[in-house]
Amino acid sequence: MLETIRKESGGTRGASLPDPEKTRKSFTWDAAAALLDGLPGGALNIAYEAVDRHVGAGHGPQVAIRWLGKGDAREEITYGDLAERTSRFANVLMAHGLARGDSVFALMGRVPDLYVAALGTLKAGMIFTPLFSAFGPEPIRTRMEIGKATVLVTTETLYRRKIAAWRDQIPSLRLVLIVGAMAPEGCVALDPAMAAAEPTFDIALTTPEDPALIHFTSGTTGKPKGAVHVHKAVLYHAISGRYALELTPGTIYWCTADPGWVTGTSYGIISPLVNRVTMIVDEADFDIDRWYATIDREKVEVWYSAPTAIRMMMRAGDAATEFYDFSSLRFLASVGEPLNPEAVVWSNRIFGMPFHDNWWQTETGGIMIANLAAQDVRPGSMGKPMPGITAGIVEQTETGMTEMGDGQIGELALRPGWPSMMRTYLNEQARYDKCFVDGWYLSGDLAMRDGDGYYWFVGRADDLIKSSGHLVGPFEVESALIEHEAVAEAGVIGVPDETAGEVIKAYVTLNPGFTPGEDLERAIRGHARKKLGPAVAPREIVFRNTLPKTRSGKIMRRLLKARELGLPEGDISTLETDET
Amino acid sequence: MTHDDIRTAFLEELVKVAPDLDPEGISDTDHIQDDLELDSMDVLNLVAALHVRFGVDIPEPDYIQIATPALAAAYLATRLAA
Repeated sequence: MLETIRKESGGTRGASLPDPEKTRKSFTWDAAAALLDGLPGGALNIAYEAVDRHVGAGHGPQVAIRWLGKGDAREEITYGDLAERTSRFANVLMAHGLARGDSVFALMGRVPDLYVAALGTLKAGMIFTPLFSAFGPEPIRTRMEIGKATVLVTTETLYRRKIAAWRDQIPSLRLVLIVGAMAPEGCVALDPAMAAAEPTFDIALTTPEDPALIHFTSGTTGKPKGAVHVHKAVLYHAISGRYALELTPGTIYWCTADPGWVTGTSYGIISPLVNRVTMIVDEADFDIDRWYATIDREKVEVWYSAPTAIRMMMRAGDAATEFYDFSSLRFLASVGEPLNPEAVVWSNRIFGMPFHDNWWQTETGGIMIANLAAQDVRPGSMGKPMPGITAGIVEQTETGMTEMGDGQIGELALRPGWPSMMRTYLNEQARYDKCFVDGWYLSGDLAMRDGDGYYWFVGRADDLIKSSGHLVGPFEVESALIEHEAVAEAGVIGVPDETAGEVIKAYVTLNPGFTPGEDLERAIRGHARKKLGPAVAPREIVFRNTLPKTRSGKIMRRLLKARELGLPEGDISTLETDET
Repeated sequence: MTHDDIRTAFLEELVKVAPDLDPEGISDTDHIQDDLELDSMDVLNLVAALHVRFGVDIPEPDYIQIATPALAAAYLATRLAA
């Protein structure tokens, strides 16, 4: 184990939580509520807390979003601008006859309209779902069907490439808004609609338990699940951003996550704005010089990123950092998958502080376990539970869920009831109920707690794959593969990769008349990329005569993985047909 | 290797990494990420493939110089001549 990174005694200078152990003991949700204003009659609306209340308090001129376009374009959006633009957006929705509870989906890159759409939707009391713009048509369509999308906000390019062909087959879809001045037939151009809309809007008086956001997450079997989050989640976004990310008013903050994933919404839109920071939003994807230059030029103070990017920076070496000034930084955090200890130590050397790993999931809505500013960092550990969060390591026994002792590996579980906990999986109550057993929320992650209360990630308890921080369900990938005429069966697993954590690998059997070969491998991989997009499609496909299956015909992914990794095969009593 | 050979070889490696692309449909100025939708893992795989093909090690800060087929062909030609 690498050496603990010590913090100054009494806490890091200016830490929001100078004594985490003490706060863990004394914490109450009422104290957290002091970070919010609320609306009359006990109403609570995320968009009000994130934007309009700051304008009301005289912070309208403060920059909320400093947007960096792919080229040299820049745009500064103040809290005042954001209040007006989100009001106009809400009015556009209302003008098209939409009503509270309707479901607004967004599919676009990190452009200002995405942030306006998210907050404008919430203002109108409608439910917002972001989709990752690099998804292929298949995952987009599946999610829009499950979420019964009423509105889609997207760009003309994405619409033509990924939506137009099947748009008419989504019966719930009533409005497609296209960013910019022009729109294809059957769609509405957003710019003129916004210009014609009123600049003020009476924010919907949503109750704390009204649905606000739906984030889709993958399952091992069956379709993706839509985790429903409510307006009350903002309480947790506020406090966790303050404690785990050091988001204080005026902080210059850069979250590199895309809002198409939960991090990019919880901590790339809501938490930072509720805490009245100035957010850097970069439209471009990872580019090492661009990133370092951004930290330097924009004087970023808090930086929330992900292991894949951090490992790429580490691999580029110290020389790449030479010409940049990182002295503005005061806190670094990482999420998505465990950050390897070497990267923690490397960042401490390069930036003068370590990336603070934290752990949470789509279902938890916010950071649950974290390395905090005033807490010693054990490289490789996800840290300790946040104030207000009770975690445990549990195991299913004959008498129910049993908590395990320090040093033992079990399932990481949380006591339900924190504000940003999902409230259901959309239309799938049974799947939701399965997550809760004997008063625990079961995360599906295996972990261990050491004698000092630090948690350590061990692996997934199921077949889900974590690639570049994105959770991928093997079933969704397998379903796309078997749609190819050559593929009879498919088994999909994650194999370890030093940059991405895991990469997706598929084992397939072929239909009669098809012969394994390089051309066919590429054809199938190309098919999968078209359907699923590069983040979800397999990077490697191998051919087999048969796949290992149980008596009931279920492909044993676990066995494929054990063999891939050269690990013990475990219990194979249910194996009926073996791999050949 | 002529400039055209290099360009062709680059495109071959590109469509191996991203076989959803039709080599005929790729223009010289298409950005591999913005237009051809490669993600960062694809770019790493492409760099690894180019290393095998050309024996040229492309450091991270130079990735921007292989962002389009035209840029990549020019960059690889310079590196091969060095």
